[in-house]
Amino acid sequence: MSADVAVAERPIEARAAPPPKVARRRRGWFLPVYTGVVVAYLFLPIGVMILFGFNDLQGPRGFNVTWEGFTLRHYSNVFDFPDLTSALKNSLLIAAASTIVATALGTMIALALTRHRFRGRGGTNMFIFLPMATPEVVLGASLLSLFVSMSVARGFVTILIAHIMFNISYVVVTVKARTQGFNAEWEEAAKDLGATPWTAFWTVTFPLISPGILAAAVLAFALSVDDYVITLFNAGSTLTFPLWVAGASRFGVPPEVNVMGTILFFAGVILAVASVLFQRGRYRDAPQEIGPPVAGTGFAG
Amino acid sequence: MRRRRVRVAYWLLIPGLVWLILFYVIPTVSMLSISLQEGSPERGFEFTWNLGIYPEVLARNSVQLLRSGLYGLIVTIATMLIAYPLAYTIAFRGGRWKNVLLFMVILPFFVSFIIRTLEWKFLLGDEGIVLGTLKDWGVLGPGYYLLGRPIAVLGGLIYNFLPFMALPLYVALEKIDRSLLDAANDLYSSRASAFWRVTFRLSLPGVFAGSLLTFIPAVGDFINAEFLGGPDTTMIGNVIQLEYLTNNDYPEAAALSFVLMAGILLAVTLYARILGTEELTG
Repeated sequence: MSADVAVAERPIEARAAPPPKVARRRRGWFLPVYTGVVVAYLFLPIGVMILFGFNDLQGPRGFNVTWEGFTLRHYSNVFDFPDLTSALKNSLLIAAASTIVATALGTMIALALTRHRFRGRGGTNMFIFLPMATPEVVLGASLLSLFVSMSVARGFVTILIAHIMFNISYVVVTVKARTQGFNAEWEEAAKDLGATPWTAFWTVTFPLISPGILAAAVLAFALSVDDYVITLFNAGSTLTFPLWVAGASRFGVPPEVNVMGTILFFAGVILAVASVLFQRGRYRDAPQEIGPPVAGTGFAG
Repeated sequence: MRRRRVRVAYWLLIPGLVWLILFYVIPTVSMLSISLQEGSPERGFEFTWNLGIYPEVLARNSVQLLRSGLYGLIVTIATMLIAYPLAYTIAFRGGRWKNVLLFMVILPFFVSFIIRTLEWKFLLGDEGIVLGTLKDWGVLGPGYYLLGRPIAVLGGLIYNFLPFMALPLYVALEKIDRSLLDAANDLYSSRASAFWRVTFRLSLPGVFAGSLLTFIPAVGDFINAEFLGGPDTTMIGNVIQLEYLTNNDYPEAAALSFVLMAGILLAVTLYARILGTEELTG
Protein backbone atom coordinates (compact mmCIF):
# COMPACT_ATOMS: atom_id res chain seq x y z
CA MET A 1 0.00 0.00 0.00
CA SER A 2 1.80 3.08 -1.18
CA ALA A 3 1.24 6.53 0.20
CA ASP A 4 0.93 8.25 -3.18
CA VAL A 5 -2.09 6.09 -4.02
CA ALA A 6 -3.73 7.21 -0.82
CA VAL A 7 -3.09 10.85 -1.63
CA ALA A 8 -4.26 10.52 -5.20
CA GLU A 9 -7.55 8.97 -4.14
CA ARG A 10 -8.42 11.45 -1.47
CA PRO A 11 -10.60 13.77 -3.58
CA ILE A 12 -12.88 10.90 -4.65
CA GLU A 13 -13.20 9.68 -1.10
CA ALA A 14 -14.01 13.17 0.13
CA ARG A 15 -16.62 13.68 -2.52
CA ALA A 16 -18.56 10.51 -1.86
CA ALA A 17 -18.09 10.20 1.87
CA PRO A 18 -21.06 11.06 4.10
CA PRO A 19 -20.77 14.32 6.05
CA PRO A 20 -18.20 13.87 8.81
CA LYS A 21 -19.57 12.51 12.04
CA VAL A 22 -18.60 14.51 15.07
CA ALA A 23 -16.63 12.72 17.77
CA ARG A 24 -19.92 11.08 18.76
CA ARG A 25 -18.89 7.63 17.53
CA ARG A 26 -15.91 6.49 19.51
CA ARG A 27 -13.19 4.83 17.48
CA GLY A 28 -11.72 2.08 19.60
CA TRP A 29 -8.62 0.11 18.75
CA PHE A 30 -10.08 -3.27 19.63
CA LEU A 31 -12.05 -4.01 16.46
CA PRO A 32 -9.26 -3.14 13.99
CA VAL A 33 -6.76 -5.24 15.94
CA TYR A 34 -9.25 -8.10 16.17
CA THR A 35 -9.84 -7.91 12.40
CA GLY A 36 -6.11 -8.07 11.80
CA VAL A 37 -5.83 -11.16 13.99
CA VAL A 38 -8.66 -12.97 12.17
CA VAL A 39 -7.20 -12.09 8.77
CA ALA A 40 -3.82 -13.43 9.91
CA TYR A 41 -5.55 -16.62 11.10
CA LEU A 42 -7.21 -17.00 7.71
CA PHE A 43 -3.85 -16.57 6.02
CA LEU A 44 -1.93 -18.93 8.34
CA PRO A 45 -2.35 -22.24 6.44
CA ILE A 46 -1.83 -20.43 3.12
CA GLY A 47 1.46 -19.00 4.38
CA VAL A 48 2.55 -22.44 5.57
CA MET A 49 1.67 -23.89 2.17
CA ILE A 50 3.73 -21.28 0.32
CA LEU A 51 6.68 -21.57 2.72
CA PHE A 52 6.92 -25.36 2.75
CA GLY A 53 6.92 -25.55 -1.03
CA PHE A 54 10.44 -24.16 -0.72
CA ASN A 55 11.54 -26.61 1.96
CA ASP A 56 14.85 -28.31 1.14
CA LEU A 57 13.76 -31.73 2.28
CA GLN A 58 16.56 -34.25 3.04
CA GLY A 59 14.69 -37.14 4.65
CA PRO A 60 12.37 -39.68 3.06
CA ARG A 61 9.77 -38.29 0.68
CA GLY A 62 6.46 -37.44 2.26
CA PHE A 63 7.62 -36.32 5.69
CA ASN A 64 7.67 -32.58 5.17
CA VAL A 65 7.53 -31.56 8.80
CA THR A 66 10.45 -29.34 9.71
CA TRP A 67 12.13 -26.50 7.90
CA GLU A 68 15.44 -27.69 6.41
CA GLY A 69 16.52 -24.78 4.24
CA PHE A 70 15.44 -22.99 1.09
CA THR A 71 15.29 -24.59 -2.34
CA LEU A 72 13.53 -24.01 -5.64
CA ARG A 73 14.00 -27.59 -6.72
CA HIS A 74 10.38 -28.63 -6.09
CA TYR A 75 9.30 -25.96 -8.53
CA SER A 76 11.51 -27.30 -11.31
CA ASN A 77 10.51 -30.90 -10.56
CA VAL A 78 6.79 -30.36 -10.19
CA PHE A 79 5.78 -31.59 -13.64
CA ASP A 80 7.95 -34.71 -13.35
CA PHE A 81 5.15 -36.60 -11.62
CA PRO A 82 3.02 -38.24 -14.32
CA ASP A 83 0.05 -38.74 -11.96
CA LEU A 84 -0.01 -35.09 -11.01
CA THR A 85 0.12 -33.91 -14.60
CA SER A 86 -2.71 -36.16 -15.74
CA ALA A 87 -4.78 -35.33 -12.63
CA LEU A 88 -4.33 -31.63 -13.28
CA LYS A 89 -5.26 -32.10 -16.92
CA ASN A 90 -8.42 -34.01 -15.95
CA SER A 91 -9.37 -31.31 -13.45
CA LEU A 92 -8.93 -28.48 -15.92
CA LEU A 93 -10.75 -30.31 -18.73
CA ILE A 94 -13.67 -31.25 -16.48
CA ALA A 95 -13.81 -27.73 -15.04
CA ALA A 96 -13.78 -26.12 -18.49
CA ALA A 97 -16.40 -28.47 -19.95
CA SER A 98 -18.68 -28.38 -16.91
CA THR A 99 -18.40 -24.59 -16.75
CA ILE A 100 -19.44 -24.18 -20.38
CA VAL A 101 -22.40 -26.55 -20.16
CA ALA A 102 -23.57 -25.46 -16.70
CA THR A 103 -23.24 -21.76 -17.55
CA ALA A 104 -25.31 -22.21 -20.71
CA LEU A 105 -28.04 -24.28 -19.02
CA GLY A 106 -28.06 -22.19 -15.86
CA THR A 107 -28.18 -18.85 -17.67
CA MET A 108 -31.15 -20.04 -19.70
CA ILE A 109 -33.00 -21.00 -16.52
CA ALA A 110 -32.09 -17.67 -14.90
CA LEU A 111 -33.38 -15.76 -17.94
CA ALA A 112 -36.63 -17.69 -17.88
CA LEU A 113 -37.05 -17.00 -14.16
CA THR A 114 -36.31 -13.28 -14.27
CA ARG A 115 -37.87 -12.26 -17.58
CA HIS A 116 -40.90 -14.48 -17.94
CA ARG A 117 -44.02 -15.16 -15.95
CA PHE A 118 -45.20 -18.74 -16.26
CA ARG A 119 -46.95 -21.41 -14.26
CA GLY A 120 -44.54 -23.25 -11.97
CA ARG A 121 -42.15 -20.34 -11.60
CA GLY A 122 -42.17 -20.39 -7.79
CA GLY A 123 -41.74 -24.16 -7.78
CA THR A 124 -38.80 -23.89 -10.17
CA ASN A 125 -37.18 -21.31 -7.91
CA MET A 126 -37.49 -23.67 -4.95
CA PHE A 127 -36.30 -26.64 -6.97
CA ILE A 128 -33.13 -24.81 -8.03
CA PHE A 129 -32.21 -24.33 -4.36
CA LEU A 130 -32.51 -28.02 -3.47
CA PRO A 131 -29.14 -29.24 -4.83
CA MET A 132 -27.39 -26.41 -2.98
CA ALA A 133 -29.13 -27.33 0.27
CA THR A 134 -28.17 -30.99 -0.05
CA PRO A 135 -24.90 -31.98 1.63
CA GLU A 136 -22.21 -32.88 -0.88
CA VAL A 137 -21.82 -36.37 0.51
CA VAL A 138 -25.51 -37.04 -0.23
CA LEU A 139 -25.23 -35.60 -3.75
CA GLY A 140 -22.24 -37.83 -4.43
CA ALA A 141 -23.79 -40.90 -2.86
CA SER A 142 -27.10 -40.55 -4.69
CA LEU A 143 -25.44 -40.14 -8.08
CA LEU A 144 -23.34 -43.19 -7.34
CA SER A 145 -26.55 -45.06 -6.47
CA LEU A 146 -27.88 -44.29 -9.92
CA PHE A 147 -24.66 -45.26 -11.68
CA VAL A 148 -24.39 -48.48 -9.67
CA SER A 149 -27.97 -49.52 -10.26
CA MET A 150 -27.59 -48.87 -13.99
CA SER A 151 -24.13 -50.48 -14.07
CA VAL A 152 -22.49 -47.38 -15.50
CA ALA A 153 -18.69 -47.47 -15.21
CA ARG A 154 -17.35 -44.51 -13.22
CA GLY A 155 -14.75 -42.24 -14.75
CA PHE A 156 -14.21 -38.99 -16.59
CA VAL A 157 -17.76 -38.79 -17.98
CA THR A 158 -19.50 -39.49 -14.69
CA ILE A 159 -17.39 -36.82 -12.96
CA LEU A 160 -18.32 -34.37 -15.69
CA ILE A 161 -22.04 -35.20 -15.35
CA ALA A 162 -21.83 -34.66 -11.59
CA HIS A 163 -20.01 -31.33 -11.90
CA ILE A 164 -22.49 -29.95 -14.41
CA MET A 165 -25.31 -31.02 -12.07
CA PHE A 166 -24.03 -29.21 -8.96
CA ASN A 167 -22.88 -26.16 -10.94
CA ILE A 168 -26.25 -25.42 -12.59
CA SER A 169 -27.88 -24.12 -9.40
CA TYR A 170 -24.95 -21.86 -8.54
CA VAL A 171 -25.02 -20.39 -12.06
CA VAL A 172 -28.78 -19.78 -11.87
CA VAL A 173 -28.50 -18.00 -8.52
CA THR A 174 -25.53 -15.86 -9.60
CA VAL A 175 -26.97 -14.82 -12.96
CA LYS A 176 -30.37 -14.16 -11.39
CA ALA A 177 -28.83 -11.84 -8.82
CA ARG A 178 -27.28 -9.76 -11.60
CA THR A 179 -30.31 -9.72 -13.91
CA GLN A 180 -32.95 -8.98 -11.29
CA GLY A 181 -32.80 -5.23 -11.79
CA PHE A 182 -32.55 -5.55 -15.52
CA ASN A 183 -34.82 -3.27 -17.45
CA ALA A 184 -36.79 -5.35 -19.98
CA GLU A 185 -38.00 -2.18 -21.71
CA TRP A 186 -34.65 -1.72 -23.45
CA GLU A 187 -35.11 -4.97 -25.29
CA GLU A 188 -38.70 -3.99 -26.12
CA ALA A 189 -37.38 -0.70 -27.49
CA ALA A 190 -34.99 -2.56 -29.77
CA LYS A 191 -37.88 -4.68 -31.02
CA ASP A 192 -40.00 -1.58 -31.62
CA LEU A 193 -37.16 -0.26 -33.75
CA GLY A 194 -37.42 -3.32 -35.94
CA ALA A 195 -34.98 -5.77 -34.37
CA THR A 196 -35.97 -9.43 -34.35
CA PRO A 197 -36.22 -10.92 -30.82
CA TRP A 198 -33.01 -12.82 -31.54
CA THR A 199 -31.09 -9.69 -32.58
CA ALA A 200 -32.57 -7.70 -29.71
CA PHE A 201 -31.39 -10.31 -27.25
CA TRP A 202 -27.84 -10.56 -28.56
CA THR A 203 -27.26 -6.84 -29.12
CA VAL A 204 -29.08 -5.39 -26.11
CA THR A 205 -29.74 -7.89 -23.35
CA PHE A 206 -26.72 -10.15 -23.59
CA PRO A 207 -24.05 -7.42 -23.30
CA LEU A 208 -25.89 -6.04 -20.27
CA ILE A 209 -26.06 -9.33 -18.40
CA SER A 210 -22.65 -10.64 -19.52
CA PRO A 211 -20.83 -9.54 -16.30
CA GLY A 212 -23.25 -11.74 -14.34
CA ILE A 213 -22.69 -14.65 -16.70
CA LEU A 214 -18.93 -14.21 -16.42
CA ALA A 215 -19.13 -14.16 -12.62
CA ALA A 216 -21.21 -17.34 -12.70
CA ALA A 217 -18.73 -19.04 -15.02
CA VAL A 218 -15.80 -18.13 -12.76
CA LEU A 219 -17.66 -19.50 -9.74
CA ALA A 220 -18.57 -22.71 -11.60
CA PHE A 221 -14.97 -23.22 -12.70
CA ALA A 222 -13.67 -22.69 -9.16
CA LEU A 223 -16.24 -25.06 -7.64
CA SER A 224 -15.41 -27.73 -10.19
CA VAL A 225 -11.62 -27.53 -9.84
CA ASP A 226 -11.92 -27.69 -6.05
CA ASP A 227 -14.52 -30.42 -5.72
CA TYR A 228 -13.39 -33.46 -3.76
CA VAL A 229 -16.42 -35.11 -2.18
CA ILE A 230 -18.76 -35.58 -5.15
CA THR A 231 -15.81 -36.46 -7.38
CA LEU A 232 -14.57 -39.09 -4.92
CA PHE A 233 -17.88 -40.93 -5.20
CA ASN A 234 -18.09 -40.86 -8.98
CA ALA A 235 -14.47 -41.01 -10.13
CA GLY A 236 -13.83 -44.73 -10.36
CA SER A 237 -10.07 -44.89 -10.96
CA THR A 238 -9.85 -41.49 -12.67
CA LEU A 239 -7.74 -38.94 -10.77
CA THR A 240 -8.51 -35.25 -10.46
CA PHE A 241 -6.26 -32.72 -8.73
CA PRO A 242 -8.01 -32.82 -5.31
CA LEU A 243 -8.07 -36.64 -5.42
CA TRP A 244 -4.37 -36.67 -6.24
CA VAL A 245 -3.65 -34.28 -3.36
CA ALA A 246 -5.52 -36.50 -0.90
CA GLY A 247 -3.74 -39.60 -2.20
CA ALA A 248 -0.28 -38.00 -2.10
CA SER A 249 -0.73 -36.66 1.42
CA ARG A 250 -1.39 -39.83 3.42
CA PHE A 251 1.68 -39.33 5.65
CA GLY A 252 2.19 -35.57 5.54
CA VAL A 253 2.02 -32.90 2.90
CA PRO A 254 4.75 -33.49 0.28
CA PRO A 255 6.43 -30.37 -1.16
CA GLU A 256 4.90 -30.83 -4.59
CA VAL A 257 1.38 -30.52 -3.12
CA ASN A 258 2.43 -27.20 -1.58
CA VAL A 259 4.06 -26.13 -4.84
CA MET A 260 0.97 -26.90 -6.95
CA GLY A 261 -1.26 -25.29 -4.32
CA THR A 262 0.91 -22.18 -4.38
CA ILE A 263 0.93 -21.97 -8.18
CA LEU A 264 -2.86 -22.34 -8.36
CA PHE A 265 -3.27 -19.86 -5.50
CA PHE A 266 -1.28 -17.12 -7.22
CA ALA A 267 -2.86 -17.86 -10.60
CA GLY A 268 -6.29 -17.40 -9.01
CA VAL A 269 -5.32 -14.26 -7.10
CA ILE A 270 -3.74 -12.65 -10.18
CA LEU A 271 -6.81 -13.48 -12.29
CA ALA A 272 -9.14 -12.06 -9.63
CA VAL A 273 -7.16 -8.84 -9.24
CA ALA A 274 -6.85 -8.45 -13.01
CA SER A 275 -10.60 -8.87 -13.48
CA VAL A 276 -11.29 -6.29 -10.75
CA LEU A 277 -8.96 -3.82 -12.45
CA PHE A 278 -10.53 -4.57 -15.83
CA GLN A 279 -14.06 -3.97 -14.53
CA ARG A 280 -12.95 -0.74 -12.91
CA GLY A 281 -11.47 0.46 -16.17
CA ARG A 282 -14.73 -0.29 -17.93
CA TYR A 283 -16.96 1.45 -15.45
CA ARG A 284 -14.74 4.37 -14.51
CA ASP A 285 -16.91 6.85 -16.36
CA ALA A 286 -20.23 5.27 -15.50
CA PRO A 287 -22.32 6.88 -12.74
CA GLN A 288 -21.45 5.32 -9.40
CA GLU A 289 -24.09 4.15 -7.00
CA ILE A 290 -21.95 2.39 -4.47
CA GLY A 291 -19.45 4.98 -3.46
CA PRO A 292 -15.87 5.30 -4.63
CA PRO A 293 -14.94 2.02 -6.23
CA VAL A 294 -11.26 2.80 -6.52
CA ALA A 295 -10.75 4.05 -2.96
CA GLY A 296 -7.18 2.92 -2.60
CA THR A 297 -7.52 -0.85 -2.48
CA GLY A 298 -3.86 -0.81 -3.31
CA PHE A 299 -4.06 -3.24 -6.20
CA ALA A 300 -3.23 -0.46 -8.60
CA GLY A 301 -0.17 0.58 -6.61
CA MET B 1 -47.56 -12.51 -27.98
CA ARG B 2 -47.95 -13.55 -24.36
CA ARG B 3 -48.39 -17.17 -25.23
CA ARG B 4 -45.23 -17.04 -27.34
CA ARG B 5 -43.26 -15.60 -24.44
CA VAL B 6 -44.46 -18.37 -22.16
CA ARG B 7 -43.38 -20.94 -24.73
CA VAL B 8 -39.95 -19.30 -24.89
CA ALA B 9 -39.72 -19.56 -21.10
CA TYR B 10 -40.36 -23.29 -21.19
CA TRP B 11 -37.77 -23.83 -23.91
CA LEU B 12 -35.23 -21.93 -21.82
CA LEU B 13 -36.02 -24.04 -18.78
CA ILE B 14 -36.19 -27.50 -20.28
CA PRO B 15 -32.51 -28.35 -20.93
CA GLY B 16 -31.29 -27.37 -17.47
CA LEU B 17 -34.25 -28.85 -15.65
CA VAL B 18 -33.94 -32.11 -17.58
CA TRP B 19 -30.30 -32.31 -16.46
CA LEU B 20 -31.27 -31.74 -12.84
CA ILE B 21 -34.10 -34.27 -13.06
CA LEU B 22 -31.84 -36.90 -14.62
CA PHE B 23 -28.89 -36.38 -12.29
CA TYR B 24 -30.42 -35.01 -9.10
CA VAL B 25 -34.05 -36.16 -8.77
CA ILE B 26 -33.70 -39.63 -10.28
CA PRO B 27 -30.52 -40.39 -8.27
CA THR B 28 -32.37 -39.37 -5.11
CA VAL B 29 -35.25 -41.69 -5.99
CA SER B 30 -32.77 -44.39 -6.92
CA MET B 31 -31.09 -43.95 -3.54
CA LEU B 32 -34.46 -44.23 -1.79
CA SER B 33 -35.09 -47.48 -3.62
CA ILE B 34 -31.61 -48.80 -2.77
CA SER B 35 -32.16 -48.01 0.90
CA LEU B 36 -35.14 -50.38 0.85
CA GLN B 37 -33.22 -53.25 -0.72
CA GLU B 38 -31.57 -56.19 0.93
CA GLY B 39 -28.58 -58.24 -0.11
CA SER B 40 -24.83 -58.00 -0.45
CA PRO B 41 -22.46 -56.79 -3.14
CA GLU B 42 -21.60 -60.39 -4.02
CA ARG B 43 -25.12 -61.80 -4.30
CA GLY B 44 -26.73 -58.64 -5.59
CA PHE B 45 -29.49 -56.55 -4.05
CA GLU B 46 -33.22 -57.13 -4.12
CA PHE B 47 -36.01 -54.66 -3.47
CA THR B 48 -37.93 -55.85 -0.41
CA TRP B 49 -39.61 -52.75 1.07
CA ASN B 50 -37.15 -53.14 3.91
CA LEU B 51 -38.39 -50.14 5.91
CA GLY B 52 -36.92 -51.71 9.03
CA ILE B 53 -33.50 -50.50 7.92
CA TYR B 54 -34.30 -46.96 9.03
CA PRO B 55 -34.70 -47.67 12.77
CA GLU B 56 -31.73 -50.03 12.43
CA VAL B 57 -29.33 -47.45 10.98
CA LEU B 58 -30.60 -44.85 13.44
CA ALA B 59 -29.77 -47.12 16.34
CA ARG B 60 -26.45 -48.28 14.90
CA ASN B 61 -25.20 -44.78 14.11
CA SER B 62 -26.89 -42.68 16.77
CA VAL B 63 -23.54 -41.61 18.20
CA GLN B 64 -22.21 -40.35 14.86
CA LEU B 65 -25.54 -38.70 14.00
CA LEU B 66 -25.70 -36.83 17.29
CA ARG B 67 -22.03 -35.91 17.03
CA SER B 68 -22.52 -34.48 13.53
CA GLY B 69 -25.48 -32.41 14.69
CA LEU B 70 -23.56 -31.21 17.74
CA TYR B 71 -20.44 -30.35 15.70
CA GLY B 72 -22.60 -28.51 13.15
CA LEU B 73 -24.18 -26.49 15.95
CA ILE B 74 -20.87 -25.67 17.65
CA VAL B 75 -19.27 -24.70 14.33
CA THR B 76 -22.20 -22.46 13.40
CA ILE B 77 -22.14 -20.65 16.75
CA ALA B 78 -18.35 -20.35 16.85
CA THR B 79 -18.06 -19.02 13.28
CA MET B 80 -20.82 -16.52 14.05
CA LEU B 81 -19.05 -15.28 17.18
CA ILE B 82 -15.77 -14.95 15.25
CA ALA B 83 -17.25 -13.57 12.02
CA TYR B 84 -19.74 -11.04 13.40
CA PRO B 85 -17.20 -8.55 14.80
CA LEU B 86 -15.10 -9.08 11.66
CA ALA B 87 -18.00 -8.37 9.29
CA TYR B 88 -19.10 -5.47 11.48
CA THR B 89 -15.67 -3.88 11.41
CA ILE B 90 -15.34 -4.25 7.64
CA ALA B 91 -18.84 -2.90 7.00
CA PHE B 92 -18.78 0.03 9.46
CA ARG B 93 -15.12 0.86 9.84
CA GLY B 94 -13.61 -0.55 6.64
CA GLY B 95 -13.53 2.75 4.80
CA ARG B 96 -11.10 2.65 1.93
CA TRP B 97 -9.83 -0.78 3.05
CA LYS B 98 -13.20 -2.46 2.63
CA ASN B 99 -12.41 -4.20 -0.64
CA VAL B 100 -8.97 -5.32 0.47
CA LEU B 101 -10.34 -6.73 3.72
CA LEU B 102 -13.13 -8.58 1.91
CA PHE B 103 -10.55 -9.99 -0.45
CA MET B 104 -8.54 -11.20 2.57
CA VAL B 105 -11.62 -12.94 3.93
CA ILE B 106 -12.13 -14.92 0.72
CA LEU B 107 -8.41 -15.57 0.27
CA PRO B 108 -8.70 -19.16 1.59
CA PHE B 109 -11.01 -19.94 -1.34
CA PHE B 110 -8.03 -19.59 -3.65
CA VAL B 111 -6.52 -22.66 -2.03
CA SER B 112 -8.09 -26.06 -2.54
CA PHE B 113 -10.36 -27.12 0.37
CA ILE B 114 -8.41 -30.33 0.71
CA ILE B 115 -5.03 -28.56 0.83
CA ARG B 116 -6.26 -26.08 3.46
CA THR B 117 -7.37 -28.96 5.66
CA LEU B 118 -4.10 -30.81 5.11
CA GLU B 119 -2.12 -27.70 6.10
CA TRP B 120 -3.99 -27.67 9.41
CA LYS B 121 -3.07 -31.30 9.90
CA PHE B 122 0.52 -30.26 9.27
CA LEU B 123 0.28 -27.26 11.61
CA LEU B 124 -1.32 -29.22 14.44
CA GLY B 125 0.88 -32.31 14.09
CA ASP B 126 2.20 -33.91 17.29
CA GLU B 127 5.74 -32.68 16.58
CA GLY B 128 4.65 -29.94 14.17
CA ILE B 129 5.38 -26.24 14.20
CA VAL B 130 2.94 -25.33 16.96
CA LEU B 131 2.99 -28.29 19.32
CA GLY B 132 6.65 -29.13 18.67
CA THR B 133 7.71 -25.60 19.57
CA LEU B 134 5.54 -25.46 22.67
CA LYS B 135 6.94 -28.84 23.75
CA ASP B 136 10.51 -27.60 23.25
CA TRP B 137 9.73 -24.61 25.42
CA GLY B 138 8.34 -26.92 28.04
CA VAL B 139 4.90 -25.30 27.91
CA LEU B 140 3.32 -28.63 27.01
CA GLY B 141 4.23 -32.12 28.13
CA PRO B 142 5.91 -34.41 25.58
CA GLY B 143 2.80 -36.55 25.23
CA TYR B 144 0.40 -33.73 24.40
CA TYR B 145 -1.51 -34.00 21.11
CA LEU B 146 -4.37 -32.32 19.27
CA LEU B 147 -4.91 -34.39 16.11
CA GLY B 148 -7.60 -37.00 16.56
CA ARG B 149 -9.36 -34.94 19.20
CA PRO B 150 -12.69 -33.14 18.68
CA ILE B 151 -10.96 -29.78 19.07
CA ALA B 152 -8.85 -30.41 15.94
CA VAL B 153 -11.88 -31.40 13.84
CA LEU B 154 -13.89 -28.45 15.14
CA GLY B 155 -10.94 -26.14 14.47
CA GLY B 156 -10.69 -27.33 10.88
CA LEU B 157 -14.43 -26.98 10.32
CA ILE B 158 -14.48 -23.49 11.86
CA TYR B 159 -11.57 -22.37 9.70
CA ASN B 160 -13.03 -23.80 6.50
CA PHE B 161 -16.52 -22.35 6.96
CA LEU B 162 -15.65 -18.98 8.48
CA PRO B 163 -15.86 -17.11 5.12
CA PHE B 164 -19.30 -18.65 4.45
CA MET B 165 -20.50 -17.00 7.65
CA ALA B 166 -18.60 -13.73 7.28
CA LEU B 167 -19.76 -12.85 3.74
CA PRO B 168 -23.56 -12.93 4.25
CA LEU B 169 -23.12 -11.12 7.57
CA TYR B 170 -21.11 -8.43 5.80
CA VAL B 171 -23.73 -8.07 3.04
CA ALA B 172 -26.51 -7.64 5.62
CA LEU B 173 -24.53 -5.19 7.77
CA GLU B 174 -23.40 -3.18 4.76
CA LYS B 175 -27.03 -2.62 3.72
CA ILE B 176 -28.04 -1.03 7.02
CA ASP B 177 -28.99 2.59 6.66
CA ARG B 178 -26.55 4.50 8.89
CA SER B 179 -29.07 7.27 9.52
CA LEU B 180 -31.12 4.79 11.56
CA LEU B 181 -28.22 4.57 14.01
CA ASP B 182 -27.96 8.34 14.11
CA ALA B 183 -31.68 8.46 14.81
CA ALA B 184 -31.28 5.97 17.67
CA ASN B 185 -28.47 8.14 18.97
CA ASP B 186 -30.56 11.29 18.72
CA LEU B 187 -33.30 9.56 20.65
CA TYR B 188 -30.89 8.96 23.54
CA SER B 189 -30.35 5.30 22.89
CA SER B 190 -27.19 3.94 24.45
CA ARG B 191 -24.62 2.47 22.05
CA ALA B 192 -25.36 -1.04 23.31
CA SER B 193 -29.09 -0.77 22.88
CA ALA B 194 -28.71 0.90 19.46
CA PHE B 195 -26.58 -2.04 18.41
CA TRP B 196 -28.96 -4.62 19.81
CA ARG B 197 -32.22 -3.03 18.67
CA VAL B 198 -31.13 -1.61 15.32
CA THR B 199 -27.93 -3.11 13.95
CA PHE B 200 -28.35 -6.66 15.14
CA ARG B 201 -32.06 -6.82 14.25
CA LEU B 202 -31.37 -5.59 10.74
CA SER B 203 -28.51 -8.05 10.27
CA LEU B 204 -30.72 -11.08 11.02
CA PRO B 205 -31.12 -12.04 7.34
CA GLY B 206 -27.33 -12.31 7.20
CA VAL B 207 -27.29 -14.34 10.40
CA PHE B 208 -29.85 -16.71 8.88
CA ALA B 209 -28.10 -17.06 5.50
CA GLY B 210 -24.68 -17.47 7.13
CA SER B 211 -25.99 -20.13 9.51
CA LEU B 212 -27.43 -22.19 6.66
CA LEU B 213 -24.30 -21.84 4.53
CA THR B 214 -22.23 -23.04 7.49
CA PHE B 215 -24.47 -25.59 9.20
CA ILE B 216 -25.49 -27.65 6.16
CA PRO B 217 -22.01 -28.35 4.76
CA ALA B 218 -20.51 -28.71 8.26
CA VAL B 219 -22.99 -31.40 9.33
CA GLY B 220 -22.36 -33.40 6.17
CA ASP B 221 -18.60 -32.86 6.07
CA PHE B 222 -16.24 -35.80 6.39
CA ILE B 223 -12.96 -34.36 5.18
CA ASN B 224 -12.08 -32.55 8.40
CA ALA B 225 -12.94 -35.60 10.48
CA GLU B 226 -10.97 -37.81 8.10
CA PHE B 227 -7.78 -35.75 8.09
CA LEU B 228 -7.83 -34.10 11.51
CA GLY B 229 -9.88 -36.53 13.55
CA GLY B 230 -9.63 -39.98 15.00
CA PRO B 231 -11.93 -42.86 15.95
CA ASP B 232 -13.73 -40.68 18.50
CA THR B 233 -14.62 -37.91 16.07
CA THR B 234 -16.26 -39.93 13.28
CA MET B 235 -19.08 -37.98 11.68
CA ILE B 236 -22.03 -39.24 9.71
CA GLY B 237 -20.36 -38.28 6.41
CA ASN B 238 -17.47 -40.59 7.23
CA VAL B 239 -19.87 -43.47 7.84
CA ILE B 240 -21.73 -42.84 4.56
CA GLN B 241 -18.45 -42.67 2.67
CA LEU B 242 -17.11 -45.82 4.33
CA GLU B 243 -20.28 -47.84 3.79
CA TYR B 244 -20.57 -46.75 0.18
CA LEU B 245 -17.00 -46.80 -1.07
CA THR B 246 -15.25 -49.33 1.16
CA ASN B 247 -17.83 -51.75 2.55
CA ASN B 248 -20.17 -51.48 -0.46
CA ASP B 249 -23.12 -51.69 1.92
CA TYR B 250 -25.31 -49.59 -0.35
CA PRO B 251 -28.65 -49.92 1.53
CA GLU B 252 -27.14 -48.79 4.82
CA ALA B 253 -25.33 -45.83 3.21
CA ALA B 254 -28.42 -44.80 1.26
CA ALA B 255 -30.64 -44.96 4.35
CA LEU B 256 -28.11 -42.90 6.30
CA SER B 257 -28.02 -40.30 3.55
CA PHE B 258 -31.79 -39.92 3.85
CA VAL B 259 -31.61 -39.67 7.61
CA LEU B 260 -28.99 -36.92 7.21
CA MET B 261 -31.11 -35.02 4.70
CA ALA B 262 -34.23 -35.33 6.84
CA GLY B 263 -32.33 -34.18 9.90
CA ILE B 264 -30.99 -31.11 8.12
CA LEU B 265 -34.42 -30.26 6.71
CA LEU B 266 -35.93 -30.53 10.18
CA ALA B 267 -33.23 -28.38 11.76
CA VAL B 268 -33.50 -25.70 9.08
CA THR B 269 -37.29 -25.56 9.32
CA LEU B 270 -37.12 -25.23 13.09
CA TYR B 271 -34.50 -22.51 12.83
CA ALA B 272 -36.56 -20.58 10.28
CA ARG B 273 -39.57 -20.80 12.64
CA ILE B 274 -37.55 -19.45 15.54
CA LEU B 275 -36.15 -16.53 13.57
CA GLY B 276 -39.44 -15.89 11.78
CA THR B 277 -37.68 -15.86 8.45
CA GLU B 278 -40.76 -15.46 6.29
CA GLU B 279 -40.73 -11.82 7.31
CA LEU B 280 -36.95 -11.58 7.17
CA THR B 281 -36.33 -12.67 3.63
CA GLY B 282 -39.66 -11.51 2.29
